[in-house]
This record gives sequence, structure tokens and C-alpha cells, in this order.
Amino acid sequence: MADALLEIEDLSKRFGGVVASDAIALAVPQGELHAIIGPNGAGKTTLISQLAGEIAPDAGRIRFAGRDITGLPIFRRSQLGLARSFQITSLFLDFAAIENVALAVQAHAGHSFHFWRAARSQSELRTPARAALARVGLAGRADVVVSNLSHGEHRQLEIAMALATTPSILLLDEPMAGMGPEESARMVKTLRELKRELTILLIEHDMEAVFALADRITVLVYGRIIASGTPEAIRANAEVRQAYLGEQEQRHG
Amino acid sequence: MSGRLSPRNAFVAGVIAILALVPVYAEATGNTFMMSLFTRIVILAIAAVSLNLIMGFGGMVSFGHAVYLGIGGYAVGILAKEGVNSGLLQWPLAVAASALFALTVGALSLRTRGVYFIMITLAFAQMVYYVAIGLDRYGGDDGMTIYKRSQFGGLIDLSNKTAFYYLCLALLLATIYIVWRLVHSRFGMVIQGARSNERRMRAIGFPTYRYKLLGFVFAGMLCGLAGALLANHTDFISPALMHWTRSGDLIVMAVLGGMGTVFGPVIGAVALLVLEELLSGITEYWQIILGPLFLLVVLFARGGIDGLLSGVRRG
Repeated sequence: MADALLEIEDLSKRFGGVVASDAIALAVPQGELHAIIGPNGAGKTTLISQLAGEIAPDAGRIRFAGRDITGLPIFRRSQLGLARSFQITSLFLDFAAIENVALAVQAHAGHSFHFWRAARSQSELRTPARAALARVGLAGRADVVVSNLSHGEHRQLEIAMALATTPSILLLDEPMAGMGPEESARMVKTLRELKRELTILLIEHDMEAVFALADRITVLVYGRIIASGTPEAIRANAEVRQAYLGEQEQRHG
Repeated sequence: MSGRLSPRNAFVAGVIAILALVPVYAEATGNTFMMSLFTRIVILAIAAVSLNLIMGFGGMVSFGHAVYLGIGGYAVGILAKEGVNSGLLQWPLAVAASALFALTVGALSLRTRGVYFIMITLAFAQMVYYVAIGLDRYGGDDGMTIYKRSQFGGLIDLSNKTAFYYLCLALLLATIYIVWRLVHSRFGMVIQGARSNERRMRAIGFPTYRYKLLGFVFAGMLCGLAGALLANHTDFISPALMHWTRSGDLIVMAVLGGMGTVFGPVIGAVALLVLEELLSGITEYWQIILGPLFLLVVLFARGGIDGLLSGVRRG
């Protein structure tokens, strides 16, 4: 466990009487795609927000690349190589797609106390931004203002922005939420490619995608981990079937 | 923003040409009042452009921006009263004092958002306003006449109204150019990103606070310079320089002219002050006409007058 890229110990968070994270312990080794599933309200997004630094935990530690990051502010974690995408799309709607990604590149290209040269003409920002857009299949939409892009394209852009920060781990919060089957399939393909180079922590409701992509799966219910293991082990786990998967199948049936 | 000759760019060039020709016209017709009006317009345009750097581009709605007119003006007035008349001392000090004040106010107020930010900037400006009222040595509530304009050796004589006007106009153009460079630089991208979605800016790794704070300081410095000019223009300082209604005027100029572009507030300053002059010649209750006009612009031209012109190009 010592060489885990991301290590969570005893992480706890309450909102009033609601336990969002109940002594969560988890280790994600380098190169793994680790999926977190669980019913709505299980505390999945809260967990990601604590990892990204938007919410401070009540107790517990987060270690990233051998370093305790529990108390670091968001932007410092990003600079260390931790990138997140948002469940509810969070983009610069009045900027062109390329400008969204170029900002993410700029955030990791030294400080921005440069006051004179036009940022839009700097190839050291634009070239990596175009590359990130191409990786998620948005190369042809670079100059479109984001508010004019489709929902699926927003989700792709979310990933491109996270990628542009050259992270070592991606925290993806429901990247396929609200996508049609065709868009989902394309996203699965993108994630499968990214998986070769990056460690990914994935929250997703699309079970088909989760079981197709994940190396390991952790099941979260009411803020507590009830199971963690390979997709086969999770599929076979009786408690999980009862708490979550069975319920899901009934709903689909 | 490009160099093409669109109707909008032609309009901007026209405004600049008119501003450049005001002294010629005033000279020919002997209209000194017009000269004085346009000097005031140009100076307040500098203030409005500086406000728009943080308000239009950075999303920081400061409701106390006129305080820097006061700080800049009082820097000149107080030094003049104490026998220091050199502009090379007065003006840098006006700018430095504004920077220091902006740094303090910004450091505290930028920790808040929305209506709280508006209220805190207003509160700090009101504080300085009342301090100025208490300065009995420098005129207190009544204000104080400045008997000698800032001296620049043989460089320029500010008592020459034409020379002073062209200096103000040159400084306005320089301000526009500086702000234009700023908003398109990496620094400008950061403050614009923070206006658009600050949460995401932090998530992708920007410590937004320090960039916004520096933008706030830049805006204060530019407006402090406008304050030094204004004191020289009126040969007089009083707390009214920084009354909160003047902060409101600056916001109106930016919104009326258009917050989306660097030049917009200049159009707003010309439009507001010329209309004010024309309408007050027609009726004592000129605000009754100006109010609805402003409403129409806000409701139907989101980008202000400037946005209206850009819309024509698209259509």
C-alpha cells in the first residue's frame, strides 16, 4: 500500500445529522481505474470534493504521491497533479472551447503575472489546448463559444480541461451523466485510452460502463464502504446485490 | 477588437477624432464652456475605464470607485497647500496612495462576494469621505481652492487649457491601451476567467484571489491619476469628489457605454455627461428623461451602446 498514488485514511464528514463520509479508507495504486458506485446520496460527490479540496473533512487524512494534502487549498492540489471534472458541468460558458482549455494549460505554465503579451496568440498555451481537445474528440469545435455546445460536448470539454492540467490522477464525477447511448460509447472509448496513461477515480451511474472500464470497484452506501474489489467480486457480492445492484436491476426492469 | 474597419471601429475612431478636435472647435467659436465640459468628460472617462477593468472584465462591482478620485485629488491639494507644487511629486504620490488604499480595501473586500462586496467597497469609500470632511486644515466640508496647478518645470504648463486638455486626452488613450493590453494578457485571462467561473478557476489550479487583488490595485491607481487631473481641472478639492453618487455615475458610464469592451465606458462617459448637459438645459428635471433612457439601454442593449453598435455589424 505504500506505493499507492492516492491514499485515503479514515475520512469522515458530517452535514448536520447526515453522515456523508463514514471513516472511508481507500488506496488507489498508480495506473488503476477505480470506480466508486453507490445509490444517490451515498456521498460520492462529497468524497470527490474532499479529495479535490473544495470541502474540508471533519477527520481523516488524504495522501497523494506520498504527501499529506489534507490541508492544502484547491489550487495547490491541482498544481500537484490532481484534476477533477464536475458532475454539474462547470465551464467558462462565455469563452470559446479552446479558451477554456487554454486557461487550464495556463494554470500549469508558471504564474500568470504577465501583463503585456496577448495570451490568445501564445502557441505554448494554444498547442497543448488543441491537443487536449483532439483527445476528447472536440478538435473541430475549438472556436465555438461554450454556451453553444451540446450537453455531450460539455461533458467532453470537462475532460479536456482536466487533461490540460497534465494531471497524474483524474477525479471524474459522472462524466456520462445525461448522455445518449452514442455519446456514452464515445466517452467509454476516450476513458479506455486515458486509462493507459493515467490513474482514474471514476464516479458513474452507468453500470455497463463501470464494469467495462474499472480495475476495481468500491461500493459506497450512506457514506460507508460496504465492499471493494474486482468487478467480478463486486458482481458476486451478496450485500452489494441487495443494497444496490438488485435495486438497479429492478428499476431498469 | 480586430483592426478591421467595422461600423463599430469607425464609430470609436469618430469619437476619438471628435475628442481630439474639441479644442479647435472651442477656439474657433470662443466656447470655453465646452472646453471645460469635455476636459471633465475625458478625465471621468479615465475613471470609468479603470472601473471597467475590475467590473466589466473582473466581475468585481466596486461601488466605491470614486474614492480614488478623492484620494488622487486630495494628494494634489494637500501637497499644494503645504507648498509642494511639483507634479512629478504630486502625481506619483496620488497614484501610490491610491494603490495602497486599494491594496487594503481589496485584501479585505475580495474575501466576500456579490452584494457584500458592493457594500464593503461602499463602506470604505464613505469612511474616506467622512475623514475628508473632518480635515479642517484642508477645507473640511466646504473644500479648498488649489491656487497653483501641478508644476512640470518647462515640460508643460497646465494653466494652458488647451495643453491641459490634450494631456488628459493623451492619458485617456494611454489608459485605454494599457487596460486593453492587460485584459488580453495572461493576467487578464485569469481575471476574466474568475468573473466567468471562479470555482472552476481554482479547480484548474489558479490562486484567483491574488490576481483579482492586483487587478483591483491597478484600477485604483489609474483612477487615482484621474483624481489628480480632476483637482487640477477644477482648481478645487472637496469631499464631493468622492461622494457615493459619483461612484454610481462611474458605474452608469460603464454600463451605459458597454462593459464588454475596453472603449465602452468612454462612450458611456461622453453620452452621460453630454446628455446631462443638454437635458438640464431643457428642464430642471432632466433626470426624469435620463432615467428611462438608461433603463432602455439596460433592458434592450445588454452590451451598452457599444454592444448595440457591434450588433449592427452582425445584422
